[in-house]
Parts: sequence; C-alpha cells; structure tokens
Amino acid sequence: MSNSRREFIKISTLGTAGVALGAKYLYSEVIGDAPLRFPASEGSLRTPTYCEVCFWQCAGWVYKNDSGEIQKITGNDDDPHCNGRFCPRGTGGVGMYHDEDRLKTPLIRTSERGKDTFREATWDEAFDYIAEKLKKIAAEQGPECVALFTHGSGGAHFGHLLKAFGSATISAPSFAQCRGPREVAFITTFGDIIYSPERTDIRDTRCLVLIGSHLGENMHNGQVQEMSDAIDKGATIITVDPRYSTAASKSKYWLPIKPATDIALLLAWINVLIENEWYDKEYVEKYTTGFEQLKAHVQPFTPEWAYGITTIDPNVIRETAREMRNASPAVIVHPGRHVTWYGDDTQRLRGVAILNALLGSWGRRGGFYNPEKMKLPDYPVPPFPKPNRMPQDAYQGKYRLANEVVSNGLCDATIPSVERECNIRAWIVNGTNLMAALPDQQKTIDAINALDLLVVVDTMPVEITGYADVVLPECTYLERYDMIRQSPHREPNIALRMPAARPKYNSKPAWWMAKQLAGKLGLEAWFPWNDLEEVLDWQLKQIGSSLDEMKRMGVKKFPRSYDDLYFAPGEEVTFNTNSGKIELYASDLEAEGFAPMPVYTPHEEPPEGFYRLNYGRAPVHTFSRTANNPNLTDLMDENTLWVNPKVAKLWGLKTGQYVKLKNQDGKVSTFAIKVRVTERIRWDSVYMVHGFGHNNPRLSRAHGRGVNDTELVTRVHVDPVMGGTGMRGNFVTFVTDEPTDGKEAGS
Amino acid sequence: MRYAMAIDTKKCVGCSDCVVACQTENNVPIGYCRDWVVEVTDGTYPQLEIEIRSERCNHCDNSPCVRCCPTGASHYEEGGVVLVTPHKCIGCGACIASCPYDARYSHPDGYVDKCTFCIHRIRKGEQPACVAVCPTKCMYFGDLDDPNSAVSKVLKKRKFKTLIPEAGTQPHVYYLI
Ligand code: SF4
Ligand code: SF4
Ligand code: SF4
Repeated sequence: MSNSRREFIKISTLGTAGVALGAKYLYSEVIGDAPLRFPASEGSLRTPTYCEVCFWQCAGWVYKNDSGEIQKITGNDDDPHCNGRFCPRGTGGVGMYHDEDRLKTPLIRTSERGKDTFREATWDEAFDYIAEKLKKIAAEQGPECVALFTHGSGGAHFGHLLKAFGSATISAPSFAQCRGPREVAFITTFGDIIYSPERTDIRDTRCLVLIGSHLGENMHNGQVQEMSDAIDKGATIITVDPRYSTAASKSKYWLPIKPATDIALLLAWINVLIENEWYDKEYVEKYTTGFEQLKAHVQPFTPEWAYGITTIDPNVIRETAREMRNASPAVIVHPGRHVTWYGDDTQRLRGVAILNALLGSWGRRGGFYNPEKMKLPDYPVPPFPKPNRMPQDAYQGKYRLANEVVSNGLCDATIPSVERECNIRAWIVNGTNLMAALPDQQKTIDAINALDLLVVVDTMPVEITGYADVVLPECTYLERYDMIRQSPHREPNIALRMPAARPKYNSKPAWWMAKQLAGKLGLEAWFPWNDLEEVLDWQLKQIGSSLDEMKRMGVKKFPRSYDDLYFAPGEEVTFNTNSGKIELYASDLEAEGFAPMPVYTPHEEPPEGFYRLNYGRAPVHTFSRTANNPNLTDLMDENTLWVNPKVAKLWGLKTGQYVKLKNQDGKVSTFAIKVRVTERIRWDSVYMVHGFGHNNPRLSRAHGRGVNDTELVTRVHVDPVMGGTGMRGNFVTFVTDEPTDGKEAGS
Repeated sequence: MRYAMAIDTKKCVGCSDCVVACQTENNVPIGYCRDWVVEVTDGTYPQLEIEIRSERCNHCDNSPCVRCCPTGASHYEEGGVVLVTPHKCIGCGACIASCPYDARYSHPDGYVDKCTFCIHRIRKGEQPACVAVCPTKCMYFGDLDDPNSAVSKVLKKRKFKTLIPEAGTQPHVYYLI
C-alpha cells in the first residue's frame, strides 16, 4: 500500500487544539467554574420519548440539567428499535430543541409566493385565514381538493382532521420518492410489504447482500446494530455499489458495479442459482409458482452475459451466488430503503424478491421474519364522511399497483389541466421539505403557484416554508405528546412520547393545531377530547396499560399472539397473492401490462464530460431536516463532492476546492460544493450526501452550505408500475472558475 | 486496577455517535470535542481498504501531559485515568503541545479539557458515554487487571494495535484490527 494512495480524513473533529468554529456556548452557564460537574447524569428527571429525527422512531429517555434545560437523550434499553443505543442524529436531537433559528410564531405571507416575506400573526388569525380558504374550496369543488403531504408524527393529527373534513388526499413522499418500489415488488411476489422497521432478520443471518444500500452511512439504527452483530458472528457480507461505501469496506465481497446495471447482476445470480440447482428445492416446490417460466426466462442471462453489462467478473458472480446458497435460508438479499433510482425500480426489486424466494429466506430465521404489531383501538369518534373522490383519481388509470398514495401524482394533479375535472387547490405540508423531497423543482413550483392555499407546519424554516401562505410553527418532538408508537417487530411493542419541556417560543403541537382548526371548520365532533393525554390514556387502558404506566416505562412489550415469527418446518402457508403462492411469475404485473419477470434494459449513460449524479446519506444527518441542527452541523455542516482522482486530474480539481455543478439540462447549482478527491468512487460518477445546499437565509448554519442534489434532478424517470420517481438518471459536469478543457488536460 | 478501552475497527462505521454522546454527556461546548473519528483509505479503485477509528485521549501510562503540567492540574486518578482539574489549570497549553495525539483542547472557560473516560459514570458502575451509545457496540471498556472484563477478554481474543507506539507513551486505548 503506497503512501501516495493514502487518504486520511478526520471525519468528525473541528480541531482538537482549541479551534472553535462558530462555537456557541450553549451550556457554558452550566459548566461555570465548578470542577468536574456532570449535570447530565446526576439524578435528573427523565421523561420518555420516541425519536423524530428519522422514521426509525427509536424510544429513549430525555434528561434535563440542573437548570431544567434539556441536555441529553439516550436510548431505552427495552426498545427493540434501538436496544438502548440512539444513533448520532437521535443523540444530537437536543439540537432540534435548542436551535435558535426555529419557527417561533405563526406567519402569514405578505407578498409574492417564494419571496419568504411574512408578517407575524396570532394563532387565531392564522387558523381563521386557513379555515376560510378551506371552506371556500370545499364549497366550490369539494373537500378532496385539499391535500396533505406529511413525513412524521404530525401527519396522524392532520390526517385525522382531513378525514373529518372529507378528504382522503393524504400522501407521504416516503412512498414514491423512497421505498415504494420495494413494497410493490414484495407485494406482487410474497403478498406482503417489508414494513418499517424492516423485517430483515439481520441479527441471525449468515449472509447479507446489500445492493446500493449503505447501512452504516444510513443509520437505520436497528439494522446497523444487527449488521454489527452479524459481523461479530462471522456472517458474509456482499455489497454491490459503484462506490466503496462504509458497508463495502466491511464486506467479504465488494462488487463495484457499473451504475444502473443492477438488474443484469440479479438476473445472472438467478441464472446461477437455477442452472446449478442451488436454490431451495423443497421451498420452491411447496410455496412458489412460476418456476418453470422463470427458469426459461433467465436461461440466457449467464454471468458472462452480465459481465459485459455490469463489469463484474463472472467468477465473482458465481462465487457470491454460492455464498448465498451456502448460507440459505439464513440469507438476506436486502430490499434497501431508498430505491427510486432509474424508473424500473419495481422490476429491480422483483429481482431481489425472486432471489430471496429461491433461497428460501422469506419466513425463515436469518432471512425475513414475520413482524407483529400491537394495535391500539382508535379513540371513538363518529364515522368519517365518505370522500367523493379518492386520491388515486388524481392520476386516473395509472399506478394501479401502488399500495400508497403517489405524492408526485398529487403534485401533478395540482397543475390545472383540461383532462381533469378539478385540480388540487390546497396543500397542508407537515414535516417534509417538499422542495428537497420532490425531484423536478420547477414542477413543484408550478404546482404551488396554482394553489389557493399552502399551509406549512414545521419546526424549522426550510425552502417550502418560503412558499407558504401560512406557516404554523410546530414544537419539536421533545416538547409534545404524539400518538403511541405501534410498530411491527419481532415482539409487539408500544412506545410513548411525552413532552420533556414546555414548547419554546410560540410553537405548538400538531394535535393542538388540528383540534383548533377543527373548531373553526365545525368539525368538533371528531375531536371530542380536551387534550391528547385523554386520548392516549383511553387507548392505553383498552389494552391494559395506562398513560401513567407508560410515563414510567416508555416502552412496553407484549407477547406475540401466535408463534409465527418464522414458518414452521413443512408448514402450509397461504400468501396474499392472486395464486396464494409466492409468485416468481407475477400475475399482478402481467394483468397490468407489465413484464411478469424482470428484464434488463440499458439506461442512458453520461454524455462526454458529464458524470452520473449519485447521492446518499451521512450518519449524522436525516434528509434536509437536520441541516441546521447545532449539534449535528458541528460534525458536518456541508456536503462534499466525491470525485475519482482520474477525473480530478482531468479537470484539475483538488480536494478542498469549491465548484458549482451543471446538469444535462443546463441547470447550475445555486451554491458551490467542496471537492473531495477519493479513490472510493468510480470515474463515471460523482457522489454527494443529500440534504444540503439550503437557500433559506433564515437557516443561519445551513444556508449556502453545499449543493442541493434535488435541484440537479430535473430529469425524472417515473416507474410506470407504481409512480416512483427515479432520480439517478441525471448527469453533472463541473463549473470551475477557470474552466479547464477536460480533453487537453487529460491527454 | 487499570482502565482501558478497546475499539473494533472492523465494526466501527464512523458514525460519530460517540462524539455527539460525549458532547451532550459532558457539556462539551459546540465547536469542540473530546473524541473524534478518523478514516484512513488505502489503495486504488477497486482495490481498497478503509480503517475507521474513534479516537480520544489514550490515558497513557507514561504521559508527557502529566509530566509537563506546571500546576499539577493534569494528574492520574484511580485506574490510571488522566484528568485535568479545571480550577488548578492556568491554561498555559504546555500539555496540549506535549500530547502526540492532539487529544486536548482549550476550553472557552479558560482551562484545558479532554476525555475523562467518563470517570463520573465509571464510578457509578456505568460505561463511558461513547461506549454506551455506540450503535455497532464496537467499543469495550473495563479493568485490564480483571481478566473477566470486556476489554481484557476481547484483547485476549483479537489482534490489536495502539497509536504512535514509538512515542513511548504506553496508551490504554487499543484498536482491534
Ligand atoms: S435511527 Fe437515529 S434518528 Fe432515527 S429514530 Fe433512531 S435515534 Fe432517531
Ligand atoms: S459510535 Fe461507534 S460506530 Fe460510531 S463512530 Fe463511534 S465508535 Fe464508530
Ligand atoms: S493521549 Fe495525550 S492527553 Fe491523553 S494521556 Fe496521552 S499524552 Fe496525555
């Protein structure tokens, strides 16, 4: 290993020799000059919560210091999501509470949309403003023309309000911008979804195959913990990624695949398993249908065929297939989470599902377990009015296999068109920065401009708040009650979130906002309680617990109703598919006119001088949500652009230099990004962490730091099966101050 | 009694949770840290290797920082834990200069600060905050003199190294390789 190829990075220090970068001594009054005081752990009162920094919702304890300020959060030992250990974002969740840039009071827009000009308003004024518009829209075109976009716990409260109002137009970008394709692929194959937390039995697996899934950089807490346990137990990890991810560095096999060719590799693996009779014969025989069709279908897709497409050595394809076979059924070909890449994503995930079926891992220890959820009865309210139009009507005839609402379909249906009898006229957006979540920003802006009303409910001013007519400041999860977490897991369990502190400023919990709005809309009947505590206590008492008990425990586990975590040997199982079997040949897809078995189609390659734009996650940030968090920006306050040294040489780029990027459609990034020259990335792509490049100046730490990948995703490859927005078919080039002619420099 | 820590570079994913947890546990002001994460990449695409390490004060047996401290603020506590007593520290910075690992920083309140092995937690029978939080459970802490401690057991089983052994400081943070 030559020294010149050695790259040394301090990931997380700001300089240990007293270099302060934007130091804000939040706690200096606590330290004082007393020697060695550690208020965080001295007998302070703890309150239970579950984390809202990401969707994993780990349950933990919030501790305060002597001055009553929230100081630290730690995991709850009884919680199966986190096993007593929060991830860095959850640990740094205190920063969400302390962030002085938080939204502080209701705001009403005073000039053009997008100009971010507001006046402060009282809650009453804000609610009146919203209620008046909503009533008008309902009277003119029906309540269904009011849509909710949500990501997070507030969605439950606003969702309840919308349903009472008569609209089912409720959507989360976590489907069509994220995990949708895997759910649809697994429904069409196994008749069931993957759930969150994922039902992957990584703890007991003997072989974990990750395809573009960078566990360890995405801190899906329980999975990262279990991957580490699996490493301890000597499990084989196989990582397929054009980038040398952290997971790749922990793997026995790293397959540095050419981007956008994964389906070819999957087909070759299926081919090898079938040709060599390495599949689980008994399982396939007993539980699946379509094997003969599959066998005939993959016959031409040999490792040699795949080599020319993927650049992966045929021997490695065979060897890794053998590793999977040897571990079977304790093997997981991981379905990933953010999987909206190229527009044929459902088909790629079908390839993943088929592999798991052949290996017999579904329903088996070390493969995929059967999760069970503790379901709390709903607090009694009158039945909701039946909407005249369903959200699916917005994208009539399309995406019929989508099992959740397609957010971009709703965005499209907001832009007036002659084909639709009516378009969506109001958006309530809670906890999701749609400007960073939805690709093709111009379309989002066009849709927003067509709206009669845009209400944004958030804790932070982000890009979408700049476009709002009314901004409602939500208090952070550390200052509020929310619904009881009821999550599917090995053991059914529930968790409580309660306020650890009073809401700062004039911020309020979402349940309170929904109830107040209901009052203004004459929907009190659906909110027949005084506060959420009443609802939670009632719900908990129905299952033999109580709010008091949960305040003490934080998490409560329940026994499973059936001993069905895994299939019993030889058990008869009926799957929730058309045939009742695992469908290797998917009848649902065929019926909708799609390929019943995955096919590889080549995707567009970068034009000369352009590089595929890949993006991913960093362990200390969640999307764009944490980009201003004082504790987390302390560790990472901008994203960097990973560039292969060959490419860097061609363009004369150096680590640390800032460049703007321009995409294939001429879109130039608003800000510049710091170059990181690294061997960890292929020469045909560049990589950055998603969620940076904020252009809302109200974010004092995040504004102008790094590049927002979403603004460069102007070309969207929509998955015809379920409406997912493929975002990895965009290409960028460098805009340097002194442009270097790539070709000359390289010769 | 000799406290020590072992960190498994094969499991550490470089998430920096140890850094955040230390900051919130110990009131480390934003902009400073007592522990940090280092990533070293070797090789050329696609023949690559990465070592990821969470680093902090090594609580050296032969520590230049204690030796050079003019006021006795830097000293050894039970189990060989190297500590700074803030009110005795005059902030001269000699220890910062003497530490080969860059493990110390000047606290804005005018004294030098660094990792304490969370001695306040150890005394209560808890693990240091970084060890307790690490999602990959890649850190082991305990008494080297106790053959049954987590750290003794894992050092018996695995290959390990210390950082800059040539400095002769005899570190007590071990890296499993
Ligand atoms: S994984 Fe991290 S951010 Fe997500 S819920 Fe858990 S602690 Fe919070
Ligand atoms: S918390 Fe653990 S896995 Fe994360 S960087 Fe620290 S030592 Fe590594
Ligand atoms: S690592 Fe540095 S500060 Fe810590 S004991 Fe050794 S010399 Fe002193």
